[in-house]
Amino acid sequence: MKLYPPLSRRFFRVWQRNLTVYRQSWKISFIPPLLEPLFYLLAFGVGLGALVGNIRYGGEEISYVRFIAPALIAITVMNSSFFENTYGSFVRMYYQKTFDAMMATPLTVEEIIMGEIIWGATKAVIATAIMMVVISFFGLIRYPEGLLLLPLAFLGGLAFGAAGMICTALVPNIELFNLPVFLFITPMFLFSGTFFPVENLPGWAQTTAAFLPLTRLAELARAFTNGRINAGVLPGIVYLAAFAAVAFPLALYKMRKRLIK
Amino acid sequence: MNAVIEAKHLRKTFGELVAVDDLSFSVNAGECFGILGPNGAGKTSTIRMVYAFSPPSGGTLRVFGLDIIRQARAVKSRIGVCQQENNIDPDLTVLQNLEVFARYFNIPAAEATRRSRELLRFMALDHRENARALDLSGGMIRRLVMARALLNRPELLILDEPTTGLDPQSRHQVWERLEELRADGLSILLTTHYMDEAARLCDRLIIMDQGRLLVEGKPAELVRLHVGRHVLEVADPAEGLPAFLRERGVVFENLGHRLIVDVEDGTVLYREIDGRFCDGGCVMRMATLEDVFLRLTGRELRE
Repeated sequence: MKLYPPLSRRFFRVWQRNLTVYRQSWKISFIPPLLEPLFYLLAFGVGLGALVGNIRYGGEEISYVRFIAPALIAITVMNSSFFENTYGSFVRMYYQKTFDAMMATPLTVEEIIMGEIIWGATKAVIATAIMMVVISFFGLIRYPEGLLLLPLAFLGGLAFGAAGMICTALVPNIELFNLPVFLFITPMFLFSGTFFPVENLPGWAQTTAAFLPLTRLAELARAFTNGRINAGVLPGIVYLAAFAAVAFPLALYKMRKRLIK
Repeated sequence: MNAVIEAKHLRKTFGELVAVDDLSFSVNAGECFGILGPNGAGKTSTIRMVYAFSPPSGGTLRVFGLDIIRQARAVKSRIGVCQQENNIDPDLTVLQNLEVFARYFNIPAAEATRRSRELLRFMALDHRENARALDLSGGMIRRLVMARALLNRPELLILDEPTTGLDPQSRHQVWERLEELRADGLSILLTTHYMDEAARLCDRLIIMDQGRLLVEGKPAELVRLHVGRHVLEVADPAEGLPAFLRERGVVFENLGHRLIVDVEDGTVLYREIDGRFCDGGCVMRMATLEDVFLRLTGRELRE
């Protein structure tokens, strides 16, 4: 049922609300994206990297730390948007009844959910920007091409945030988020060409990995950090855009189903 | 008279469950209108339809003469809503709660801050402006929710059980504010299961049960019409009392340990039965809306 033009720029008000709350605790929110890449770079790049040495990627030899640094950014994009639009949105919807209060104002469900997903993508951009500062100290990002990581984080954030919001629309209680996390997020974290090249996997797993959004995001992040901007990045961008273009309206539809009773 | 809300043959179903069934009522401008009923009567379902939160399954509903489905945004920009849950933003301060909410109505920031301060004063919360909302007491949170509902200068204020769970001081404060708002000409729609609240605040009310309308009218009229003027309550009545009353043709309700008589003028009867049948205590009091409510909806528990 079409109620009224359901989408207007008012979604920005929802985004703004989340920003206001975020700014209350920004000093704490800054710590994970600042420390996490440091820990990973030290443990895997420096520690494990000494064992691994260089690895072959895209026809050239690169150091292990250069291989995983962009993947860490891709993982952060996935985690920050997916977790914001699952646990974060669920708490606002179910425990704080924030959406209920908003629905008694001129806002529509679609605007609320759109504001939430775009906020999830925004958090991915914020986290990426902080990580870029850290990783740049190791000299692992080539500028100015590396700045493209920011719009990439937004696109990836939309895709993973919308996917998270679909989960939020479907789970009866917050514990059930364990399911998508262990079935999708953790396997992607490990097998999307993040810590080792996808080519090391058996054939069938390589084919599967090629369809995972994190594989595409990690490849793109690698291209952007190393300044290899060419036609080769197009399929990945198209894939992520298509993923978001399907998941986003589906999330709005499912949330309307859940919230309008 | 200008109808602010006009509901005709309103119906709401959730699958098999019929929450509201063929409900018609109208609320006039400047009126305080109450919806009363036991738990599960359909009060909340009804007002959720009025504030365009849930679409009716049948019937017509117009607010300010606007269609509640097609013109929902226009309706929602002109009403203020206090839902049952205190859904404030716990991480924000009292003032921020209002400023953030004002944005949903596209109220400019400076104006929002001005209105927020004004409403905090009105709700006696100005001294807690910078406190975290999480740290407020129940009564204060309720008043914050009320202040929030007034930010857009609504023409209709909708409250779902505004004083449930509040201490007597907080309840009276809420009532006084609502009376002031009504005196200023604001139309008010509220649900409650406190009869004293309804009798004090409502110009007119309906009592509903199991989704259906039972009666509609002014509180005092409903009491006179359905109960009378006086009620005699006899605790642990002596054995002969029911027979005595039956002989006199007096209608009564026998609850075993308590016997209740509704009469127009109880003074004579009270003198007659006091002393003879009233070992456990005998009270004559004015009939109240609660008597009407229990008479119409029965005494069984609703859980």
